[in-house]
Amino acid sequence: MSGAVLTLDGVSVQRGERWALENVCGEVQRGAMTAIVGPNGAGKSTLLDTLAGHLTPQQGRITRAAGVTVAYLPQHARIDRSFPIRVGDVVALGAWSRIGLWKALGGGLRREVAEALAAVGLAGCERRVISDLSAGQFQRVLFARLMLQNADLILLDEPFNAIDEGTTADLLALIHRWHAQGRSIVAVLHDMEQVRAHFDQTVLLSRRVLAWGATPSALSPEPLRAARLLADEVRA
Amino acid sequence: MTLPGPGDWSALLFQPFIEFGFMRRALVAVVALSMGAAPLGCLLVLRRMSLMGDAMAHALLPGAAIGYLMAGLSLTAMSVGAFVAALLVALGAGAVTRRTGQREDASFAAFYLIALALGVLLISTHGSSVDLIHVLFGSVLAVDDAALVLVAVIASVTLLVLALLYRPLVVESFDATFLRSVGGPGALSHNVLLVLTVANLVGGFQAMGTLMAVGLMMVPAIAARFWVRDLGNLALLSTGFAMVSGWAGLLLSFHADLPSGPAIVLVAGAFYLVSLLFGRHDGLLRRRAPAAPSALTSP
Repeated sequence: MSGAVLTLDGVSVQRGERWALENVCGEVQRGAMTAIVGPNGAGKSTLLDTLAGHLTPQQGRITRAAGVTVAYLPQHARIDRSFPIRVGDVVALGAWSRIGLWKALGGGLRREVAEALAAVGLAGCERRVISDLSAGQFQRVLFARLMLQNADLILLDEPFNAIDEGTTADLLALIHRWHAQGRSIVAVLHDMEQVRAHFDQTVLLSRRVLAWGATPSALSPEPLRAARLLADEVRA
Repeated sequence: MTLPGPGDWSALLFQPFIEFGFMRRALVAVVALSMGAAPLGCLLVLRRMSLMGDAMAHALLPGAAIGYLMAGLSLTAMSVGAFVAALLVALGAGAVTRRTGQREDASFAAFYLIALALGVLLISTHGSSVDLIHVLFGSVLAVDDAALVLVAVIASVTLLVLALLYRPLVVESFDATFLRSVGGPGALSHNVLLVLTVANLVGGFQAMGTLMAVGLMMVPAIAARFWVRDLGNLALLSTGFAMVSGWAGLLLSFHADLPSGPAIVLVAGAFYLVSLLFGRHDGLLRRRAPAAPSALTSP
């Protein structure tokens, strides 16, 4: 099935006293792998928060196709990794929409947790506390949690920041598997080579959308130069 | 000097509670308080809100003072006043944080300092300094049957609510963004935690005083962090620390004729110092060589 899972129409979002996003229009294609790139302060995370529905635009509207479920992975720096919680419990949180506040984790769910951990290369680690894990291993745990959320649209905010190469390769393979299952992926990324190699759609952002479309044309010299100019303008 | 014999030990450790009703009531109050306050303290510590508890404890003062001035040494008036004042400070600071983008700890500091100054002013102009000491540091003699019932109700409600909202409270402390993204009751959990904290501080201030009530909540939780690494055990151990601190602190207060609140918190402080030195996790004298720095250590 093709079409758009999310449609943005003239979306502007305010952060504090300035506009973080201005008049953003575009469509997140169903079943596509979309990268959001742009200089620091371009509003990439704000756009992702808006797509997730965490931020309500002050202007314009954002429409989600009927029945589309969304999972969201924040920048991992936003989570306290010294928290006394076990790996299995973190992964099981992905089933929140099924277990809610009170329902127990059944055997089926425990099996799902074990399978997700195996898929991210952490088989049998349910009982470990997260403070024992490296940054890369913890990111793997969060990817396992995403798997339990079983969402149609997966939003990732800088998923490979401060993550070692081996883990990045494993997690990229996992993203491709989700893609093959027909899920839509949107990720904020920095590494242009990674974007060119793995993502078919790209949004080049610098508060405004400079390009939104197939990766080769969105990352062609012309829009990239415009992005650099705008970034300098912001700094000045 | 000879060591005390078995009979002397029991006289030292248990006799005061057998002999005096007010000591028994104080012990029951402190044990009940520990059951609710210590697990709450664990959550506050994990949310990096250790100092917010302190701020709210200070904010109890003007409310308690207004209650005292209006109705004398009435448990109901002082408790209701304290509860309302601390809740106003907590909600006011929270609202300012959300609307202005100022940091939460800064808003809390501004609000509680105003409240504290107001409370000291009220008591020093309208009451005697003995009253001030009494409200600030508590007295076991103040724990009458009505106070016991209040403490028991607060502890029971706290445990019940913690049981019902355990999952969102933990998730909100661990990863608030996630809870929001799956539509969990994040704001509700946060507010419930604030209300429970204030209620437990109100429960504690009769026996321990407004400034020391927060000690029974935070210090055992912080000490327990040195020993265990999952939340269930953390709550259990900190409750144990709090109960033993209460018991030993009351004895210290009895035998050495010290105010009960500081005595209890000092015993909890001793638990903290021992944990800090010898704790299994990150204890200063138990620190092992760090694990290999590679992020690729085998899973």
